[in-house]
Amino acid sequence: MTAHANELAVDVRGLRKRYGDVTAVDGIDLGIRRGEVFGLLGPNGAGKSTTVEILQGNRARDGGEVSVLGSDPARGTRAWRSRVGIVWQDDSAPAELTVRETVRHFARYYPRPRDPDEVIGLVGLDAKADARIKALSGGQRRRLDVALGVIGDPELLLLDEPTTGFDPAARRRFWDLIRKLSGEGTTILLTTHYLEEAEALADRLAVVAEGRVVAEGEPAGLREHYGTGATVGWTEPDGTARSERTDTPTRTVAALMHRFDGEIPGLTVGRPTLEDVYLRLTGQEDAR
Amino acid sequence: MTTTAVRTKAEAPAGRLPGTWGLGLRRGGLEIKQFFRQRDQVVFTFAFPVVFLFLFASIFHDDVRGSGVTASQLYVPAMMASGIMSTSFQSLGISIAVERDEKVLRRLRGTPMPPAAYFLGKIWLVLFTGVLETAILLLVGTTLYDVDLPSDATRWLDFGWIFVLGLTGCALLGIAISSVPKSAKSASSVVVLPFLVLQFISGVYISIDTIPDWMLNIGALFPLKWLCQGLRGVFLPDSARVLEQAGSWEFGRIALVLAAWCVGGLVLCLLTFRWKTRRDG
Repeated sequence: MTAHANELAVDVRGLRKRYGDVTAVDGIDLGIRRGEVFGLLGPNGAGKSTTVEILQGNRARDGGEVSVLGSDPARGTRAWRSRVGIVWQDDSAPAELTVRETVRHFARYYPRPRDPDEVIGLVGLDAKADARIKALSGGQRRRLDVALGVIGDPELLLLDEPTTGFDPAARRRFWDLIRKLSGEGTTILLTTHYLEEAEALADRLAVVAEGRVVAEGEPAGLREHYGTGATVGWTEPDGTARSERTDTPTRTVAALMHRFDGEIPGLTVGRPTLEDVYLRLTGQEDAR
Repeated sequence: MTTTAVRTKAEAPAGRLPGTWGLGLRRGGLEIKQFFRQRDQVVFTFAFPVVFLFLFASIFHDDVRGSGVTASQLYVPAMMASGIMSTSFQSLGISIAVERDEKVLRRLRGTPMPPAAYFLGKIWLVLFTGVLETAILLLVGTTLYDVDLPSDATRWLDFGWIFVLGLTGCALLGIAISSVPKSAKSASSVVVLPFLVLQFISGVYISIDTIPDWMLNIGALFPLKWLCQGLRGVFLPDSARVLEQAGSWEFGRIALVLAAWCVGGLVLCLLTFRWKTRRDG
């Protein structure tokens, strides 16, 4: 079970999971290469968290093949767990302990931990190292969660909606942290419903809707591939704004030029953003 | 692809996983530290049996007919047994249910910590608080209520094994019952009611010779009755044996029942322990 034997850090084929009558995951395939940042993007209830929990070894699946770092997470050994870091969505840490005590203690669980003080610095909690956890803000707690996720120096880090509830500045700092960890060679899988987050961080991403992967690829490539056409917008002489979706924007503009006999009032020509592509792929176009 | 330039973590040799006993000790230290940082919990945990001992032993203090002991003296071993069960059964039953609800357990499960280290940590915590609680009650009992410390080594030895077996059995029962409440909110009601009932039918609040036989027989299925009986045998004069159902201390039987609860409790824990709440699947 070395890197050479299995080039993919995560290999998922035909993953299925039902909760009673509800199908949460309906045949997902994923291949995450070693060293990349992979984004799992989708609306709430698309099956992202269920998928990640199955990869963590924390939830049983109903069907499909799953290999994480060469092992089936459902039969994860202690040695396997020491190679996978998990950042939870909503877990609490022992409130009465300090940040430093907690990070130091968790380091003891691992065969080759990182230096606790270095990790506290990495997540930017130096100033709070000796504060009790109950005194931390929400954002600081999430950073502690990340510290506990990386203290074992994992090969693979699984983050489930790590920035939900962050203010914009905290989110930027968090992105820098993810880039730093990725730069150190950690393979990272993160779920998010923030599009700009996936675009900013992920080398590749998969868009999930209703338990299936509806698109997969590099963020720019996705836009290219699924975002054909353009939207031409203008203002009519009576002041109403109009827009038209077209595969031939130049011809549309030429026709408008002819109609207005020169300058077109309020002219815009927009290429679809990744957000447009995402909303279309996840069937939420009406939200626009 | 973007990944080729990056050093990937995979070639480093696997280090040795830390040992279970060592981690259990570290977890024990951590549990004790956490416990004592919650002031209100500390005060109430330790004060509860002491307050009850004070109330009962002060209200009922007459000589118990033909036994050579006072009611106050009877309450000292009874409250010690109750104290041992509250620091083990009650505190573990509630605190583990809360830790499960707050997903502390799920997080631990995601690390390479061996599950046994978690339980060892809890046992250390319970041993520490149980010894402290028992010492406090013994101090109150000997200074205020005329209870004499045993004078021969055999009785101290009996005290030792009764304490360890009783504490362990109750702790395992507490771990087992922690899986019953559905949430942290319901944990204390779920745990306290059976504990309260057991205290009535095991000879903690009500003297053993006053309780109807059928109730005592139900109580005898659980460890608390035997814990009480053993501690009476250690701290009361032999003349008080007349109060017992069997007319003797039955040390052999006590050892058997408590040891059976340790084994049975362990099996129960292994079969029913959950790291996640039902909601989490």
